[in-house]
Amino acid sequence: MEHYLNLAVKSVFVENMALAFFLGMCSFLACSRKVDTAIGLGVAVIFVQVMTVPMNNLIMHYLLAEGALGWIHPSLAHVNLDFLSFILFISTIAAMTQIVEMACDRFAPKLYATLGVFLPLIAVNCAILGGSLFMQERDYSFPESVVYGIGSGFGWMLAIVALAGIREKMRYSNVPHGLRGLGITFITVGLMAIAFMAFSGIQL
Amino acid sequence: MALFGKGEKGALFGPVFDNNPIGLQVLGICSALAVTTKLDKAIVMAISLTTVTAFSNLAISCVRNYTPSSIRIIVQLAVIASLVIMVDQVLKAYLFEVSLQLSVFTGLIITNCIVMGRAEGFAMQNGPWISFLDGIGNGLGYSVVLIVVGIVRELTGSGKLLGFTILNLTTDGGWYVPNGLMLLAPAAFFIIACFIWAVRTWKPEQQEAE
Repeated sequence: MEHYLNLAVKSVFVENMALAFFLGMCSFLACSRKVDTAIGLGVAVIFVQVMTVPMNNLIMHYLLAEGALGWIHPSLAHVNLDFLSFILFISTIAAMTQIVEMACDRFAPKLYATLGVFLPLIAVNCAILGGSLFMQERDYSFPESVVYGIGSGFGWMLAIVALAGIREKMRYSNVPHGLRGLGITFITVGLMAIAFMAFSGIQL
Repeated sequence: MALFGKGEKGALFGPVFDNNPIGLQVLGICSALAVTTKLDKAIVMAISLTTVTAFSNLAISCVRNYTPSSIRIIVQLAVIASLVIMVDQVLKAYLFEVSLQLSVFTGLIITNCIVMGRAEGFAMQNGPWISFLDGIGNGLGYSVVLIVVGIVRELTGSGKLLGFTILNLTTDGGWYVPNGLMLLAPAAFFIIACFIWAVRTWKPEQQEAE
């Protein structure tokens, strides 16, 4: 149990998707003008991340890794389809976002109205694919991948909501002309990343 | 049709400064920040991305008239993912060390917004040749930023360029005290912010009114 708790804390703070690995930056910068939209996008990312990381974990362990096809027929035991992981992971993600979108529309129309615009965007969010690729690189087991999915999604949401809060306040400040908009946002994110580096000293 | 008319030139060179994908359109920053601690990583990444953008634009432009618009995203993803797999296999075979350092970021070219953005925004409406040039142009625009950031970070962070010592470090009896911040994640944000600031001061029409 302790191991999973550590993994969760690590994926939220120490290895924050947005501020330590710069993943999902495009939507991170584009959709952080308002706190409301930031929360909507953050929830959608957690949602999809929790679905896709474990799903891709199963795909990797039962289809792609070396010897993984052994359960179909012993003669397939030496087949290694590792190189196909990119295309399979991205298809899973695209399909899962589609399914999540439809399920959301059917069972939680209110949530769908909030997330609507963001769900299709998420299929090409690097944080999602990055989560699956880190899961593959670090060879997580199935329960670990569930914890990692929740943690990394939550960490991303935390970062985007915090940035949106800062940007809302920043509208009242006097920024040099060339830095307005994108430039100052970069500097803000840089400062936030320094703040998050404080967590990297934690030994887990 | 001339191979290099005015339109083709615009497609090739426009994205480098006038319409830089990173500086103006905020696309594809994820990898621009993460792979620039060393110049060699940045160069390999820049070449990989330019190749993928150019060939995915070419391929998608060739099939644009046969792709139903309802499934175009998945078609684009499939084309891009196959190209990225090829690039990844080549890197693993010939540049194994660098490919280990790039870790997940080669795979993340798939979701790099520049590639998707050009496929969706340009290749779906234009012919194969000009799309190919547009892909190279946007790849170059990305490469310029990546290489500038890579040079600044490696030179000031460890006093080296491509592994050769340029500034003698104090630890080796020289005079330069390395700036550790430059090798850390936040430095990339500051450098890109300064880059954007410089470009926008030079070309004021790119400034945002906020």
